[in-house]
Amino acid sequence: MNTQPEKPGSTPPAPKNLEEKQSLEDLDRRVRELREERRKPSKLSMNIKAPPSNVLGLAFRVAVELVSALVVGAIIGWSLDYWLDTRPWIMLVFVVLGAAAGILNVYRLASGFAYAANYQTADEKDQEHRDSDL
Amino acid sequence: MAVEKHSPLAQFEIKELIPMEIGSLDASFTNSSLVMVLTVVSIAAFLVLGMRKHAHVPGRWQSMAELSYIFIANMVKDTVGSEGRTYFPFIFSVFMFVLFGNLWGMVPYSFAFTSHIAVTFTMAAFVFIGVTLIALAKHKMHFFSFFMPQGAPIYMAPLLIPIEVISYLSRPISLSVRLFANMLAGHTLLKVFAGFVISLGALGVLPLLFVVALTGLEFVIAFLQAFVFAILTCLYLNDALHLH
Repeated sequence: MNTQPEKPGSTPPAPKNLEEKQSLEDLDRRVRELREERRKPSKLSMNIKAPPSNVLGLAFRVAVELVSALVVGAIIGWSLDYWLDTRPWIMLVFVVLGAAAGILNVYRLASGFAYAANYQTADEKDQEHRDSDL
Repeated sequence: MAVEKHSPLAQFEIKELIPMEIGSLDASFTNSSLVMVLTVVSIAAFLVLGMRKHAHVPGRWQSMAELSYIFIANMVKDTVGSEGRTYFPFIFSVFMFVLFGNLWGMVPYSFAFTSHIAVTFTMAAFVFIGVTLIALAKHKMHFFSFFMPQGAPIYMAPLLIPIEVISYLSRPISLSVRLFANMLAGHTLLKVFAGFVISLGALGVLPLLFVVALTGLEFVIAFLQAFVFAILTCLYLNDALHLH
């Protein structure tokens, strides 16, 4: 508090301090407002984040998710079989697991869950991160 | 021969422009490479020349350049949070590359390189490997807890872990197939209907109208798919940075 750069006797210190305090408070308020503004999701991307109204597009996404998981399961099973010489048993198991993974992907897509393996919606998760960021 | 030449799939043919070989590798400069170079040059021109004046009150061009920047900046902020700012340049580059690639593909006699799985899968694999490395660097071994849902009983692990691993590995495939299939289907459909215009004679007006409408739709898809590619990259990055 006593680290004023001015000479102590020239101006009365009290009003100067008050003014400084006010301007600091003002700055604090403005910084807080800007920070608040920043944390809010912007309007532009909020509109776009809503699920696509295009039904065909959604159906296509679902199909791609299902098929790609199935393909990955089949490839993993096939290569394990190739490696361990146990054709076709591991592949049979992994095709079923791939189908399950595909359905899981679609479930996550449809219910608005995040892609990760935790069962929170993206919004809840966002909120958590915003809280933990501060 | 004539039929082959007008096949709706002829537009996706790769043509060598300048043959080149690195060792035994065929690294020829093709029509696909040419459009990619054009894409990068036009992105640079669009942004650099657009911002040349950097006026306080932007003109039309500057506003477009600024809007594209703000659009992606907000998307990264909303989906990844403040930590995502580091990765903004990468996501912005990916978005602009896919968007301009799609738009160059809409130019007649041009080539849509995003309609090739080789191109989209390379980009998706790059994103996937990069995101996995970021997650590994940030969370070390804790990263592998990603594959076990919280609160699930431990005896379910042999079933759940393979499912989660497959689900994780299917990301680059669904990411690349979505972009590639959309572009491939759209461009093929345009060509097929354009082919009907001549062969139907006077009735050809109908497919012509359809082609006009479809071209509009293709432009929407060009933007939408670039956006989807970028937002999925953001979501994957978010998962990598904020494990549960």
